[in-house]
Amino acid sequence: MSAEIPKDSWSGTVRTVTLGATPAEGGTRSHVVTVGGQKTLPFMHFEQVAPNRPVVAVEIKDRCPEDWSPLLLEVWGDAAISPAAWAKQAEAAGAHVLVLALSLTGDDGKPTTPQAAVAATKAVLEASGLPLLVFGPGQAEADNELLVAVAEATKGERIALGICEDKNYRTIVAAALANGHCVTARSPMDVNLAKQLNILIHDMGLPLDRILMDPTTGALGYGIEYGYSVMERLRLAALQGDAMTQLPMIVTPGFEAWKTKESKVGRDVPEAWGDWRERAITWETLTAVTLIESGADIVVLRHPESVRRVRQAIDDLMTVPETV
Amino acid sequence: MALSGIQIYKLLPQTNCKDCGFPTCLAFAMKLAAKQVELAACPHVGDDAKAQLSEASEPPVRLVSLKSNGYEVKAGNEVVLFRHEKTFYNKPGLFIRLRDTESPDEIKTRVAAADGYKVIYVGRELALDGFAVEAASRTPAAFSAAINAVRQISHRPLILISRDPAIMAAGLRLVDGERPLMVGADAANWQAMGDLAKQHGAALAVTADTLDGLADLTVKLKDLGVQDLVLDPTAQRLGASLALNTQIRRLALRKNFRPLGYPVIAFPGDADEPAQESILAAHAIAKYAGFIVLDHFAPETAYPLLVLRENIFTDPQKPIQVQPGVYEINNPNADSPVLVTTNFSITYFSVANEVESSGLPAWLVVTDAEGMSVLTAWAAGKFDAERIAKAIKTFNVADKVSVKRVVLPGHVAVLSGELENELPDWEIRVGPREAVDLPAFIKQSL
Ligand code: B12
Ligand code: SF4
Repeated sequence: MSAEIPKDSWSGTVRTVTLGATPAEGGTRSHVVTVGGQKTLPFMHFEQVAPNRPVVAVEIKDRCPEDWSPLLLEVWGDAAISPAAWAKQAEAAGAHVLVLALSLTGDDGKPTTPQAAVAATKAVLEASGLPLLVFGPGQAEADNELLVAVAEATKGERIALGICEDKNYRTIVAAALANGHCVTARSPMDVNLAKQLNILIHDMGLPLDRILMDPTTGALGYGIEYGYSVMERLRLAALQGDAMTQLPMIVTPGFEAWKTKESKVGRDVPEAWGDWRERAITWETLTAVTLIESGADIVVLRHPESVRRVRQAIDDLMTVPETV
Repeated sequence: MALSGIQIYKLLPQTNCKDCGFPTCLAFAMKLAAKQVELAACPHVGDDAKAQLSEASEPPVRLVSLKSNGYEVKAGNEVVLFRHEKTFYNKPGLFIRLRDTESPDEIKTRVAAADGYKVIYVGRELALDGFAVEAASRTPAAFSAAINAVRQISHRPLILISRDPAIMAAGLRLVDGERPLMVGADAANWQAMGDLAKQHGAALAVTADTLDGLADLTVKLKDLGVQDLVLDPTAQRLGASLALNTQIRRLALRKNFRPLGYPVIAFPGDADEPAQESILAAHAIAKYAGFIVLDHFAPETAYPLLVLRENIFTDPQKPIQVQPGVYEINNPNADSPVLVTTNFSITYFSVANEVESSGLPAWLVVTDAEGMSVLTAWAAGKFDAERIAKAIKTFNVADKVSVKRVVLPGHVAVLSGELENELPDWEIRVGPREAVDLPAFIKQSL
């Protein structure tokens, strides 16, 4: 009884996006990281071996994030008060790339200045040779002001600037265009909205190989199923040949998982939730791995143990089994 | 073999009467070919056609159910590769494995912890499904002792693991009248295992490390008269398991390949490292396992796995909702605060649970936001001042309280102005963004 394995052959290919630039390419990174390039659904190596593996990004901040779960502050310890030290430690923990998420305010409670944002970015670039993504605080005005300054000060490093949304993308895209950077484009869990934003950004002249799309996700228990299915649909559309969905996908399971009560709170929670630390890490890793299987190319994580586990899962997924 | 839409169309009455809910017989035929409707939806098919079509309308993945006193675990009957195409139906059963090399007392302790485990998620009580007992000792006596130990504590369905028919027979005798799953039949023992399965009415998993090997075994066993089969592709790593499970599901769905049209069993406990066990189990939940056997039970990993299983098996067309209305939390009275939220289950329960566990009384007004979260509903125009005001009025909230003051979720602070216009005699307060901060807010500010 011989089963003929049904293999899909798709007309579309996911584009590749390369983050970082080495000295030879006009930057200072020790190496570059390329994502995308798949011609199959995730890890269907029996159809075609995927050219690039999913990547783990670690999120660090320009100042100690007091609202983060105590578990995170504890594990990063003193590193969390210095972006440079944090970058080094994140690299040691196994990050493939770093995400520097800028805060809305500085330690003095005043709005983060462009100078401070640039200083933090430069400190990170000096401390670690990994490719970098820089996210603004998430408020249009602050994002634009800080990201423009960062983009100019790091010309040629091919960092990814984020987060572009339909209400605010022009300034960020222009800064990326002028300084040789990439962008991340976030849309609220909808195939058509993702396409639309990619088109708008591309229309400004930014080549598609400099756009990562972030279809938004929810954490385990808080909407992951929507993110999961939208990513599967986006990847199917890409393989079917829909050009504006053929971008590598970045998602932020760390951010989502660590804002849930399950991860943030250790006391006065149901006994059935079990050990806090292991629960929180499992919350983050299961969210991340589930999204990787639905097509994520970059997952942004927060806990070093999650980084270790997710990396191991990626190694495992990228191993081409002999039996198939 | 599966019939194509056109082949099915030729067997239909071709009157386009629309009784099936589709505009034409052809449209209905296409849906039937895609296994998105039941043949029974057309009341006019003749018996001849029915016979020919029944093969095509039979579920591509056989439904296999395990039973014990009062419990049932079902797997199979799935019709899609991706949940957005329709939905996934039968949540994979989660089992905890015990080995008969452990002492009966150890077994009882471990079973008791897992058997009694319950956790509440969006108002649903979630639990594990059963236990797997492995004859690691290779002796019938130890196997029997282990099964007895489990049965002294738990009545949930069992999976019995041994390749030796004599040992398996000893185990099966102890669970007469139940429908356990036997693991497993292989190229050497399939006949004896098949006979045992028939004799005891048990389901039987076949084990082979190639798809052809699995198919060979199911064909032979089906000829022997065993119907309820399960596939054990023995993939111990994520990559191999994803590939094999996908191939099995594709063959069943797209090619209607009967020899692999059965649920799959996965053993994440075989991972090299305990930390990978939950990851492999999560993968098995999303990617097509019907039964999942874990080696370790701990609340902190069981809870996320059970939640993931709920999420992946939620029907994408129907967000889980609660009934709009006024919910009384901790016996509120006329002085208790009025809180508003939406009728998305996750939203409702995150708010209700916080307030409830704080012991503070409150009226929780759940508006009809078509089952969406606060921000989603707000962005979609389903949670605006008008709707909130309407809810306050239709549910007669004013009659319940002495102070007309309503608390909005912090995420929709922007609605407060409009709501003041809609509810001129009410005081509008903006609460915190996250439900966790609600009790403190109620204590300090209300
Ligand atoms: C899952 C999701 C969806 C799902 C829907 C899920 C559902 N049934 O609601 C889908 C994919 C369908 C969806 C669709 C859309 N979405 Co949506 N979605 C999300 C997502 C990822 C999670 C939402 C969620 O479930 N949160 C969990 C629940 C529990 O949170 P919550 O309801 O807010 O409740 C919390 C608090 O508000 C508070 N709370 C609740 N009630 C109360 C009451 C009081 C008194 C207090 C004090 C507190 C309180 O407690 C809870 C826990 O802390 C968010 C982004 C994110 N990660 O948060 C985007 C998000 C909400 N979506 C967004 C948008 C724009 C949309 C769309 C309009 C996009 C589109 N495709 O057109 C559509 C609208 C739907 C439509 N047109 O049909 C935006 C909203 C942006 C904004 N600020 O306006 C978000 C924030 C994403 C983003 N960053 O852009 N979405
Ligand atoms: S009910 Fe039957 S006969 Fe009528 S349109 Fe549908 S398929 Fe055709």
